[in-house]
Amino acid sequence: MIRFARLAVLAVALLVPCLEVQGEIRFPPPEFESGHQFPETTSPGAQPVFHEYVDVAVLVLGLLLASYLIFKRRSRRAIFILMIGALLYFGFLRDGCICPIGAIQNVTLTAFDSSYAIPLTAAAFFVIPLVFALFYGRVFCGAICPLGAIQDAVLIRPVAVPRWLESGLRLMAYTYLGAAVLFAATGSAFIICRYDPFVGFFRLGGNWNILIIGASLLLIGLFIGRPYCRFLCPYGIVLRNLSRLSKRRVTITPSECVQCRLCEDACPFGAIREPTGDWPEGEYKIAKRRLALFLALLPILVAAGAWGGYTLRNQLAGMHPRVRTAERVYLEENAKVEGTTDVSDAFRATGQTTELLYTDATAIRNRFALGGALLGGFIGLVVGGKLIGLSVRRRRTEYEADPAGCFACGRCYQSCPKEHERLKKSAEAMAARV
Amino acid sequence: MADKQESMNRRKFLREGLWGACLAGVGTAAGLSIARNNRDNMVWQIDPYKCIACGNCATYCVLEESAVKCVQAYAMCGYCDLCTGYLVPEPKALDTGAENELCPTGAIKRTYVEDPYYEYTIDESLCNGCGKCVKGCTVFGNGSLFLQVRHDRCKNCNECAIAAACPSQAFRRVPADQPYLLKGAEQEP
Repeated sequence: MIRFARLAVLAVALLVPCLEVQGEIRFPPPEFESGHQFPETTSPGAQPVFHEYVDVAVLVLGLLLASYLIFKRRSRRAIFILMIGALLYFGFLRDGCICPIGAIQNVTLTAFDSSYAIPLTAAAFFVIPLVFALFYGRVFCGAICPLGAIQDAVLIRPVAVPRWLESGLRLMAYTYLGAAVLFAATGSAFIICRYDPFVGFFRLGGNWNILIIGASLLLIGLFIGRPYCRFLCPYGIVLRNLSRLSKRRVTITPSECVQCRLCEDACPFGAIREPTGDWPEGEYKIAKRRLALFLALLPILVAAGAWGGYTLRNQLAGMHPRVRTAERVYLEENAKVEGTTDVSDAFRATGQTTELLYTDATAIRNRFALGGALLGGFIGLVVGGKLIGLSVRRRRTEYEADPAGCFACGRCYQSCPKEHERLKKSAEAMAARV
Repeated sequence: MADKQESMNRRKFLREGLWGACLAGVGTAAGLSIARNNRDNMVWQIDPYKCIACGNCATYCVLEESAVKCVQAYAMCGYCDLCTGYLVPEPKALDTGAENELCPTGAIKRTYVEDPYYEYTIDESLCNGCGKCVKGCTVFGNGSLFLQVRHDRCKNCNECAIAAACPSQAFRRVPADQPYLLKGAEQEP
């Protein structure tokens, strides 16, 4: 009986290639005499959408509260409590997804792929912190972002990072931003989500490699404040540059700066700039010449970067699944490798011609030739812009928070003796009124 | 002094202009997104006709136990005694003995309906989404067993980790109000 059945299966299996492979009913479904009914295939629903609207509302309220706390209350403790609350809500309760950092890619994909419909929440999460940055600076980073919060909470013994090293390391974040936009625009991958270092902690599980990266960042974060935010975060780059223009800025001292330099040590993120005077005699000429040199160097750096990105086009295009399939199939078709993989088997099962695959892959590679050049040019522009920025001297009369680097955490307020004076006065005024 | 004033004004003007341009840029991004937005969210789903049951779903999901499970389209099932999705290729006997079962976790339940028909149901609490039964059913049977993302479990990551690892690019985003691509229930081919 079994053998007969097996033979029957074998016969059917041999017939299969002659027939349409997919969706074939080889054994007609039975008509039951006992009146047995086919059960329904269950389909449990997705999470209700209102959760996402709640998230947007919490984001807006949180940002408003953070702006109030940093500019009106000037209270580090209140900001810290808000930050922990945001960490618990956006991080552990909502699993750290969706966040504005990843939303960069959704917005990019919307711009380049008309078939992709961006969820309203992703768009809102991308835009709202940027609008707040234009008015109040990086309040999102300081109090709302769960990735920032988890690092801020573990910072116990801050070590200063030299400014040249900080600028150099920040180049990683610019590169990450450029690459994320490139890969999202070409529909290859969402690399920000793929390499999100802390989402594994929020979900209490995940890919081990990423968990190890996240744990190392937290270990570094014990001594170097917010390493991800400062040296890697692509959204931080956008916020940083918008915050340069922000309407309100963190002012360390509530009255007049006494130049005690206490705030400089209080900032674990190296965002406080010392007062500067005019150029010392004699140095001005050198500085002028240096600036001219860097201005001339800028187009060269951009061109070099673009050329570098262009030469890497095929490696970059390898991130696209269609190109990877084409590369594998090409190797197999030309007998350069033995055997097949799941990827090439799946491609052959679709019945598409290899010509179509190669045409697609070539088109994608051509897009990467332009994209790679733009990415490289962008990196060149960033390096050149930084060099120019370093050789321009800005005049400051007191210690100031650099709006680009300031996370609006409120640590410097506590260090300022004038702030202590103010608090004491207001407490006295309060007591007098009572 | 007047010179300084003028330079300050120019700087302020530039700043304000740049500020306005940035706000306009952010506004454009928002406008574009709203123009192209989808009121409903999108969720991940497997196209069962593209799926090759490679086994990645069992291991690449960010969840400890994959959100992908095997489902049964009962109306397509042949209710065979010799089920190639349930039994190993050369079974010792056509019964529920563990040594005869293809499923590594014993998640498929075989119940007798009437001669000669047996019904196969999936215990989702045991299924790990490896797709071994799907392969057996698709290659030799009716293909009524197939893999689907179960949305009571799925975290709906912005980029699905299994989708990134899928060799046949069977994953795609579908509207959240129709989150399944069930075999035998298609409106479209």
